[in-house]
Amino acid sequence: MTQVTLIQAINQGLRQAMKTDPDVVLMGEDIGVNGGVFRATDGLYKEFGEARVIDTPLSENGIVGMAIGMALYGLKPVAEIQFMDFIYPAFDQIVNEAAKFRYRSGGQFPCHVVIRTPFGGGIRGGLYHSQSTEQLFASTPGLKVVIPSTPADAKGLLLTAIHDEEDPVIFLEPKRIYRTATGEVPEGDHRIPFGKARVVKEGSDVTVVSYGAMVPQSLQAVNAVEKMGVHAELIDLRTLVPLDYETVLRSVEKTGRAVIVHEASKFAGFGAELSAIISERALYHLKAPILRIAGYDTPFPYALENLYLPSVDRIARGIERTATAT
Amino acid sequence: MSAAVAGLVPLPYGREDLPGLLGPNWEEWLRTAYRWMLLGRVLDTRMLGMQRQGRVGFYGPATGHEAANVGLALSLRKEDWVFPGLREQLVALARGHPLGQYVHHLFTNGVDPCKGRQMPCHPTAREVHYVSMSSTVGSQIIHAVGCAYAMRLRKDPGAAVACFGDGATSTNEFHAGMNFAGVYQLPVLFFCANNQWAISLPVSKQTRVPVLADKAGEYGFNGVRIDGTDVIAVFHTVRAARERLAEQGPTLVEPLVYRMTPHTSSDDPTRYVPKGWMEEAAAHDPLTRLEELLDRTGVLAVTARETLRQELETELRKLIAEAEVTPPPGPDTLFVDTFRDTFWPLTEDRDSFDREQGGHFP
Repeated sequence: MTQVTLIQAINQGLRQAMKTDPDVVLMGEDIGVNGGVFRATDGLYKEFGEARVIDTPLSENGIVGMAIGMALYGLKPVAEIQFMDFIYPAFDQIVNEAAKFRYRSGGQFPCHVVIRTPFGGGIRGGLYHSQSTEQLFASTPGLKVVIPSTPADAKGLLLTAIHDEEDPVIFLEPKRIYRTATGEVPEGDHRIPFGKARVVKEGSDVTVVSYGAMVPQSLQAVNAVEKMGVHAELIDLRTLVPLDYETVLRSVEKTGRAVIVHEASKFAGFGAELSAIISERALYHLKAPILRIAGYDTPFPYALENLYLPSVDRIARGIERTATAT
Repeated sequence: MSAAVAGLVPLPYGREDLPGLLGPNWEEWLRTAYRWMLLGRVLDTRMLGMQRQGRVGFYGPATGHEAANVGLALSLRKEDWVFPGLREQLVALARGHPLGQYVHHLFTNGVDPCKGRQMPCHPTAREVHYVSMSSTVGSQIIHAVGCAYAMRLRKDPGAAVACFGDGATSTNEFHAGMNFAGVYQLPVLFFCANNQWAISLPVSKQTRVPVLADKAGEYGFNGVRIDGTDVIAVFHTVRAARERLAEQGPTLVEPLVYRMTPHTSSDDPTRYVPKGWMEEAAAHDPLTRLEELLDRTGVLAVTARETLRQELETELRKLIAEAEVTPPPGPDTLFVDTFRDTFWPLTEDRDSFDREQGGHFP
């Protein structure tokens, strides 16, 4: 196994899927000849041809809508939305169509589309290349929401999404760590099941729950507080839907303290759901209030993005405060 | 019923034209088309009445669309897929979806193939490739395009049909669908039944383009407006267009029809339809126009038509009686089909439902 970046792992995963199953097709803006603006589909156009690596017109509702039509017929389309910030023209197609096809047809028409999109800030992208609105999709019944934070998970979760799922999958790629997250990735067909959180680091004093680009950020914070004698346990959720709440609860029952870290806005964010689950099920284990460390409740800024995003320092202070609260 | 209606616009055919248009079995074809069109009319009349009596929750009639729907259904092939809009239920029936199942759907009971999840008049009939629809206007247009792409990629012989109305031509998915189909030259038939009204908005306020079919040119393919109350014209045009799809790419067909009833059971058109419009619509009643031709050509006499109507009404009455006493979907159906497999929190929802609302589940 060699070291690859997260974006290379996505590329490997897509190539693997296309080799395995002729029904897999890719589609999106600039994904063909150009290989995608982040190079996720680099080389695939040449290898698999324009009929299966489809450059589309500039229309997100068109991309997702066409993918839905393909999925209804039996293909396995993987659509790319260039930035999550541009997904909203396709919101109706995702929420009203993909998410509801199986249900409203009484099970006659499953709708297995995989929608990949880079999300999150930290790349000097301003408010239209930085958004993190996973909660909109996580709160829509019928959608699965996946967020890898390592190259191996990116490939494994992507191949599960394409090969094992039959439901629509929103596959959110933390673009900030596309090239900084590196690691070994198993060759060939590597799959990671949905709904199994990863314990990144074990600890006994406080539970830190995160996903996406905030996982490496939180890990740095966890390592920093360790020097102060605080042993935090870090959990990477990997999939928001289905949610491995049991791993979270098990940890909170052990530590009695919980910190939730995401870069999406705090109000009505996914952290609110996690906080509610912990409150409903582990309140009597808690020794301190649950803390949410999140993006602020404003649009995403450009010049001041470093102040907006949870920094290692902000996370570390939050962990320490929660771990020592009495 | 007498075909003599004041001002009726007769279909422009005589006996001598019909074999050329419909083939040697043209008389049989006319009887078949008439049977389906009459069924549509009988259904609308009966179900609107049932809705008024509070016996079905909702109904969306397609009175005035019968020729468009039946002409379309009879021109397609088995392997074709239909992505319906709001008024194409008759297409599903004429393609072979059992009437009994459709009636169960209208009563949203436990035998409804959609498990009672959709409002009435939103059927799904996979066995005849009649795809599930949402109530969002126009969203299905782009699905047809994706389906056609898949058919071509797999080298399957089918074509995809996107059905929609004049209102849908203002939607994002009309533009996306037309554009994508043009770019990829896909076998898609855009079937725009222009009934001249989107609830209360006349088509003149929907777009400045007087003929919707002309929009196709902007996307690089052909569009044609036809008389959508003439079942023969619809059949003939669509069949010819269907033959060309694989070689020539997409086509738009715009059958001009008249919405002869309210938008739905919830609508009151007297608030917005101008004086005289309903009379013009009646002069283009597709069923009456066909009846006049049947009289003129001697294919199906008025007495035979009356017998057929009574047969259809009797059959429908029997199916309604069955559907009305069929129990609603079981409570367990609340928690299936959101995903392929169930998982938390759905499992817990189900448990708490059972706890709170009482012992439904084993």
